[in-house]
Amino acid sequence: MDTQITLRVDGAAHPLTVDTRTTLLDALRERLRNTSPKKGCDHGQCGACTVLLDGRRVNSCLVLAVTVGDAEVTTSDGLAEGDRPHALHRSFVEHDAFQCGYCTPGQVCSAAGVLAEARAGWPSAVTDDLHAADAELTDEEIRERMSGNLCRCAAYANIVPAVAAVAEAEGVRR
Amino acid sequence: MTTIDRLVGAGIDRIDGPAKVRGTAPYAFEQDPGEPITHLALVQSTVNRGRISRLDPSRAEAMPGVLAVLTPANAPRLGGGLTSDLPVLQSLDVHYQGQVVAAVVAETSEIAKAAVGAVVVEYAAEPPDVALRTDRPDLYAPDKLMAGFETDSVIGDVDGALAAAAVTVDATYETPTQHNNPIEMHTSMARWEGDSLTLWDANQGPHSIVKDLVTGFGVDAGQVRVISPYVGGAFGSKAFTHPNQMLAAMAARVVGRTVVLELTRQQMFSLVGHRTPTIQRLRLGADPEGRLTAISHEVVEHTSRISEFAEQTATPTRVLYAAPHRRTTHRLARLDVPPPTIMRAPGETPGMFALESAMDELAVALGLDPVELRIRNEPDRDPERDVPWSTRHLVECLRTGAERFGWAGRDLRPGIRTDGRWLVGTGVASATYPTRRRKAQCRISVDGAGRYTVEIDGSDIGTGAWTVLSQIAADALRTDLGSVELRIGDSRLPFAGGAGGSTGLASWGTAIVFTARDLRTRLEEQYGGQVPADGVTVDGELPGESPAAKTHSMHAYGAHFVEVRVDRDTGEVRVPRATSVYDAGTIVNAKTARSQLLGGFCMGVSMALHEESVTDERYGHYVNHDLAEYHVATNADIGDIDISWLDVDDQLANPIGLKGIGEIGITGAAAAVANAYWHATGLRIRDLPITPDKYFRPR
Repeated sequence: MDTQITLRVDGAAHPLTVDTRTTLLDALRERLRNTSPKKGCDHGQCGACTVLLDGRRVNSCLVLAVTVGDAEVTTSDGLAEGDRPHALHRSFVEHDAFQCGYCTPGQVCSAAGVLAEARAGWPSAVTDDLHAADAELTDEEIRERMSGNLCRCAAYANIVPAVAAVAEAEGVRR
Repeated sequence: MTTIDRLVGAGIDRIDGPAKVRGTAPYAFEQDPGEPITHLALVQSTVNRGRISRLDPSRAEAMPGVLAVLTPANAPRLGGGLTSDLPVLQSLDVHYQGQVVAAVVAETSEIAKAAVGAVVVEYAAEPPDVALRTDRPDLYAPDKLMAGFETDSVIGDVDGALAAAAVTVDATYETPTQHNNPIEMHTSMARWEGDSLTLWDANQGPHSIVKDLVTGFGVDAGQVRVISPYVGGAFGSKAFTHPNQMLAAMAARVVGRTVVLELTRQQMFSLVGHRTPTIQRLRLGADPEGRLTAISHEVVEHTSRISEFAEQTATPTRVLYAAPHRRTTHRLARLDVPPPTIMRAPGETPGMFALESAMDELAVALGLDPVELRIRNEPDRDPERDVPWSTRHLVECLRTGAERFGWAGRDLRPGIRTDGRWLVGTGVASATYPTRRRKAQCRISVDGAGRYTVEIDGSDIGTGAWTVLSQIAADALRTDLGSVELRIGDSRLPFAGGAGGSTGLASWGTAIVFTARDLRTRLEEQYGGQVPADGVTVDGELPGESPAAKTHSMHAYGAHFVEVRVDRDTGEVRVPRATSVYDAGTIVNAKTARSQLLGGFCMGVSMALHEESVTDERYGHYVNHDLAEYHVATNADIGDIDISWLDVDDQLANPIGLKGIGEIGITGAAAAVANAYWHATGLRIRDLPITPDKYFRPR
């Protein structure tokens, strides 16, 4: 069954027709041809399709497009301001935090989500103090919080310092 | 070094990096075919062996939005000469579970997937024969191994030497089926215009895909164009043509529209190959001082009914250590499994797990430091070919690694170090991988403004080729990076072999160096060193293997040092730190090279601890065929890893002096982990992966 929706993606509204079975990922990639989020498994197992939905990270392959409503979808491409790359973009390039680059937009969106979660004081499975007002992004915290994003090239040891450098600049890591 | 060193060696950022981090670098499906895209979805066999007895596509064909259902009854006939599983939909016979038996083309992916479920298929099936065992009566010796290696090698009297040896090891090691699992799923998007085909495709070398499409569709090579500027990982599974390329092209021809086939993650467990499982018996004999007198490495592995894939598993044993009496053998079982393929360092990766584990066991038997054991068995020439090395610095890798890791003073005894609940141990293993190069052609143009265009059908599957080839070209042309425009990943570009066998940079880079020299000579001799206003174009070629390959043995080397911690209550295994040192010749880009060596090593840690495609011997399928169940290392699995290399080069290999770094990192890595696990626990795990349950095996 087809239905009309409007998706707000990277600051622009897009009216479009989707099948009620269409995932947010397929709506982006196949209908809007926004291919910044990648498809690596279509089952929420790899994280390559990670986007921000109203600022929170989600696997867009596990979200049906018809359920998105007015929420703002932000892809890695949308984190840039025009030609100006996001601090995470620059840090990932500088730390060579990828090789083939296919999981990378998902890693970047996930990292943006991690920074926001830390600022909001959300603990992770390795956080000692569950009631702290903010969460310091130690290497161990970054490793844990970024573990939903697989990188088969195994750039993990570069992803951690790439995220740490931005966390430090943003004051969620000392 | 004979080339001028300005950019080669520099750790510059990837030039494709800014587009990749934003997600705007176009991978296969992300290219614009110039018209709306239709979608192909696959019906796969649910049996391993037999014949389709009934196939009814009528319900699927009647679904709105379905454009065609391809079956063996109506699919276009493909040309003869296709091998393995490439003659898709050409017969009712089934040779492995997951074989494509029908394919649906539809206006949308949702419709195509739904229609797959409406195709009725029944089989006359026989029980699957999928179990690899060393007592199978049908094991056979292939004529040759992959890459042209001899099936067996025998020197001296191995059995006599083993019987006479003061100390021996006799152990059997097993490695499981593994799947490459690049994160970009294999994707092919096809468009025909008349008899000309364009395929936007995820592969490791467009020219090699063209060859099979030409065979299959009876068109000329000039009528097929394969475009692959960005590829989302491969590790071998995208080296050869698989059913996806044939099916996308076939379906596009039938419906007269652009068709995309994105394999699902689950389909990648049957349609794009895997690493064969191995069972390897290692026997070592040594004198009391630890000098090897005999090495025997006997391999049993599988291939499929429809293809012979003879992995060169024992070949590292032919070069790594000195011993007067030596033997390596390979035997295959033909099983009802999908065709195996290459996976990062095929042969060396499983083979080095066995050899380097056995060397550790020998060190234990001798009461000798395992680093010292390896140094005592350093050969001064290739022990089987009896030719000199081009360059070999394995001992220096071992000594440098030991120093960096803090190996000195290590207590040899196992199972005695604890840190809270953790048992702590350290282990070492060597690494080695052959150095080769292959034929490649190149075209370089310079315009009146001094801007260079370098064209070669190389591939960047994550290796950094976009960046490092630009560096090599800029140096060879005596210009700066900004004056060079590189074009790769398109079969219209001059011929080059694919990214594989760690030959990419040696082959493409050398072709660029040769062509750049020709261009500079032409400019000097014909134009007085000035570029004419209408520019100059030069075509060049690297004919193939180094002439020195006949007279010398050429390999990269390395040494891994690993700390392992094992939770004595849960059996959980962690690798908090590791050091690897490489002799890989000239390093062209310190930044991307470190990443590639790191990635190879981490894939070895993943192999050691996680990776296993579990075969159900009753129903014949891979039980854990997705990324939730087939575990690969994730961020939290990887600790602090120290990667470095010796400042060496190998001028006999190629004029750049490099040895290739795509695969050396994974070789030996799993053994280093297993050896450290033994040191931590006293348990020798000879069957990978080292999952927590194995800690609780009866001792």
